[in-house]
Amino acid sequence: MTLKQVQEGIVNSQVWKSIFRVGIPNTNRKRVLAVLGSLILHLHPVKVRRSGVRMSYTWCMGGTSFFLFLVETVTGLLLMFYYRPTIEYAFTDIMDLREQAPFGIMREMHRWGAHAMVIAVWLHMFRVFMTGSYKPPREFNWNVGVILLVLTLLLSFTGYLLPWDQLAIWAITVGSNMARASPGAGTEGPMSSLMKLGDVPLIHAGDDARFALIAGRSIGAATLLRFYVLHCMVIPLAAGFLMAIHFWRVRKDGGISGPL
Amino acid sequence: MTFLKNFINVLSVASISFILLSSVFAMLVYFCLLDGRVKTKGGTGFLVFGAILVVAGLFVRPLLYLAVAYFLVLWALAKIGPRLWEPKVGKWLLIAGLGGFALSMFDPNFYLIAAKPDNVPIVAMIFLLAIFTWIALRKAYLNDHAILAGGIPYEKTESDEKLFTWPDLVYTEMLCMILLTIVMVVWSVGLRAPLEEAANPTSSPNPAKAPWYFLGLQEMLVYFDPWLAGVVLPTLIIVGLMAIPYIDTNPKGNGYYAFRERKWEIGVFLYGFLVLWSFLIITGTFLRGPNWNFFGPYEYWDPNKLEPLVNVDLSELVWVKLMAMPLPKLWVIREAPGILIVLLYFALAPALAARPFRRFYLKMGGPRYYVGAFLFLFMLALPIKMVLRWLFNLKYLVHIQEIFFNI
Repeated sequence: MTLKQVQEGIVNSQVWKSIFRVGIPNTNRKRVLAVLGSLILHLHPVKVRRSGVRMSYTWCMGGTSFFLFLVETVTGLLLMFYYRPTIEYAFTDIMDLREQAPFGIMREMHRWGAHAMVIAVWLHMFRVFMTGSYKPPREFNWNVGVILLVLTLLLSFTGYLLPWDQLAIWAITVGSNMARASPGAGTEGPMSSLMKLGDVPLIHAGDDARFALIAGRSIGAATLLRFYVLHCMVIPLAAGFLMAIHFWRVRKDGGISGPL
Repeated sequence: MTFLKNFINVLSVASISFILLSSVFAMLVYFCLLDGRVKTKGGTGFLVFGAILVVAGLFVRPLLYLAVAYFLVLWALAKIGPRLWEPKVGKWLLIAGLGGFALSMFDPNFYLIAAKPDNVPIVAMIFLLAIFTWIALRKAYLNDHAILAGGIPYEKTESDEKLFTWPDLVYTEMLCMILLTIVMVVWSVGLRAPLEEAANPTSSPNPAKAPWYFLGLQEMLVYFDPWLAGVVLPTLIIVGLMAIPYIDTNPKGNGYYAFRERKWEIGVFLYGFLVLWSFLIITGTFLRGPNWNFFGPYEYWDPNKLEPLVNVDLSELVWVKLMAMPLPKLWVIREAPGILIVLLYFALAPALAARPFRRFYLKMGGPRYYVGAFLFLFMLALPIKMVLRWLFNLKYLVHIQEIFFNI
């Protein structure tokens, strides 16, 4: 039996055919069907503009951002098996992960992937701007993209706290202290001191914007849990939903950017 | 070598290198993108700016360094001109940048900061930004010339050509994913994620820094109060980004790289993206040490470095220094000069500019023009505050501590 026969045997078997209905896409008709018949591939149209495939035009940064989001999802899920978001365990779980877990590069990959994703999203925005791809009819999708950029930053920000080491709490302390200065909503924000009923201040350290963000007067157990839920559930779900809209609108607004 | 390091250290004093960057960017655009009109119009403006720097440099040493660097860049850009966009020149610039970085890594102070695990991605980002800016502007330059010669941009020549998603797009994506996976695995094996000692709310590190992508905002805290730097300006950045497609009514340059057709939009965006956002992050990451003091790239982060706090408010400058009076008790009167300046800046400046920039006003219409001008004035506020701090040690224009309202 030659290799060719083995290959044909596999491709013509009932199992293979049940998974990949079209077979090897070696005719134009099969190429069309391969894309149309696959849930993953049908995110794409059957045919794309030449510039949409050209790396020097797209820099592949939108795809890179999405791929890194997937990397973050997978590595993040694996990390969730090891990590408990409580003050007692958070830091020691990370230590365990570092010292004990076999092939322990998931935390590394999660952190570097996060940094890389922020940079990739920026570069994606940069490319979209430089090619004028925010202009009509793509205005709305540019806006969805801006929100996705903000969500990317928030994902990274909430994740920063979880290792519960010095780097984590002080970075989040510095970052969340800003909320204290929200105009009219933070204790040290402009105009906040004007908001009072008689002598009772309405905005104080126990109810201002910073309190809402970190669930307390200082970074503590409640903050850790809050950031964990935001990081693992709320923001990824929101980002996933917006990504679906983003990709859908790329198609509906005329396909991967190119001259209109 | 030591001289060069000292030169760079002094030059990198945050505020002035910021001004240099903005003007270098303007020159880049002027000499290398809009070639042909260089020598006739406005080229003298750059020389006048340089002359002002030299005169100021006679009094303040860093400004003299700045002037030298400025003229070097001016000369180099005028010499290179549009040849900057030739791949050969770009390649050598990249090699020079990487070489300079590699050489700098021999400096212990530089190495300590550049090789910090969390800073590694930012080093990569600097090079990526430079490379991609160059690629985008090169393509814009080529398309501009094609359009000037009566042709169409390169992307349009192939816009009717459609390829099958399978195999062309799918394979490209596949290759990208494989490549990225390799990069991520090598990076993760080669560099451990940082982990310091367990959280301790009673001992704060010096300097305490926000996550790196917010360091531009933290850097703005030097010039603005938290309510502006940490709340209002970030909000305006998001709002401003979202407003871009609705303010920019220029129908040209949709879907291809171009510069000449939309030089104002690209100029403003690059100023915001490269100078205001990226450069401030780089400053906050690499050049801000203990007590948020400024350190050159080759300087030792000395926690005992003292910088005199001599900043004064505008109210003090006006009432005490200028009019030799005690500060008025009532804040409305005390802060009247500052409030007036801020109001004039935001209300009158766009109205006054509507005449010389009539073209924009007519093209955009009133509301778009005012929103755009308002956002642009906010973008300019930072360098203006930097210059005021540099020249007059000005702390606040408006300082109403009674309600935490400081500008």
